[in-house]
Amino acid sequence: MSRPELQAPPEIYYGDVEAKKYTNNSRVQQIQADMTYRALELLNLPPGDPALLLDIGCGSGLSGEILDEQGYTWVGVDVAPSMLEVALEREVEGDLFLQDIGQGFGFRPGSFDGAISISVIQWLLNAETSHPTSSPPHRLMRFFTTLHAALRNPSRAVLQFYPTSDDQVQLITSIAQKAGFGGGVVVDYPNSKKARKVYLCLFVGGGGGAQQVPKGLEDEAEEGEARAQFEKRRERLKKRQISGKRKNVKGKDWILRKKELYRQRGKDNVPNDSKYTGRKRKAVF
Amino acid sequence: MVRLITHNLLACHVKGCTSNNFPLQFKDVQIELREAEFNPDFLRNFMPRIEWKALVDAARQLGDTSLPEEQPEMVDDEFLQKLHHVLLEVHVEEGAMVCPNCNHSYPISNGIPNMLLAEHEIG
Ligand SMILES: C[S@@+](CC[C@H](N)C(=O)[O-])C[C@H]1O[C@@H](n2cnc3c(N)ncnc32)[C@H](O)[C@@H]1O
Ligand SMILES: [Zn+2]
Repeated sequence: MSRPELQAPPEIYYGDVEAKKYTNNSRVQQIQADMTYRALELLNLPPGDPALLLDIGCGSGLSGEILDEQGYTWVGVDVAPSMLEVALEREVEGDLFLQDIGQGFGFRPGSFDGAISISVIQWLLNAETSHPTSSPPHRLMRFFTTLHAALRNPSRAVLQFYPTSDDQVQLITSIAQKAGFGGGVVVDYPNSKKARKVYLCLFVGGGGGAQQVPKGLEDEAEEGEARAQFEKRRERLKKRQISGKRKNVKGKDWILRKKELYRQRGKDNVPNDSKYTGRKRKAVF
Repeated sequence: MVRLITHNLLACHVKGCTSNNFPLQFKDVQIELREAEFNPDFLRNFMPRIEWKALVDAARQLGDTSLPEEQPEMVDDEFLQKLHHVLLEVHVEEGAMVCPNCNHSYPISNGIPNMLLAEHEIG
């Protein structure tokens, strides 16, 4: 089976049907969650830091749900409306944007404490039209330049992706460097065909913490063992989570009270109470 | 689900639009209020990044007048509660954000702003 990014543009490939299929696949959920935990680990934020993060190519929120669980506030961007729609249905906490990352970001300098991207930037390697602004190097340059600007100094961006060749890794890292990033590539389980994962670990300024590129996880072989490792780290991360951090939605009464308050202040554009007012958000695990 | 926290970070990114491109102006908006968990540490960490005037103006435009004109130096719990509400609990669901410089309009539908540019607008 050929890779998704070779089949169609992302917003077409991830249409309504595929967006649901992708999101409901428990194996996909598990893998995306594992990689998100690993990306957070590589992000190396100070423990308990109430950071604002950017989730690049957030899709239907499988990565974002982990950010919610870990108590981060986040903004997600994605180019596929169907994926974002599923994210809305799943009631993730992040603010979502319909955006093509190859067109660059408009965020003010120093907006975010860090950025993650899980299984996305391989899509930037394919030209979608023959227009010069859509050549992969041009799009990668816009992406990295505007991402670099949007991040605080020091901070990190950790981008897991699926390269098809070392040349692709070379191309991406060289453009990231030109855009001002330090850092480099982390390869986890390099010898395992299945568990091998490539993370671009990019630094703005010193990158926060030690300046060396972190080491990839070494594990001889099997995915089974890789899994066990993930579980352990996941437990550790979970422990760090302050209990009761989960949002606690007080529901409809509170909102109606607030709205009443707004109306009393004489605002005319306060929305009418809809059936969605105060709808419960699912607990996410 | 664009909230004022993200609106405060967002400038126009149309090619060549590099000055007076912030803050984007809300147009024809519908808002929804949703309670979020109060996290004073997060707010303290985020405060230095706020463009205060843009935040106060945007909040007023959406009907919230609780914030003072100037960013206070003394930060007490009462102030943080107000800031929390304005930044994180007011969701703009429909409408648009318009660039004060080039007039590009970013439509908001279902709480999601469409930031896509046409080919000639890409830098
Ligand atoms: C495999 S999914 C990953 C989604 C999410 N990060 C996760 O872990 O589940 C890849 C996502 O990248 C998005 N994507 C691909 N190219 C993009 C682009 N140029 N701009 C924004 N998003 C893009 C796709 O729409 C899709 O939602
Ligand atoms: Zn503009």
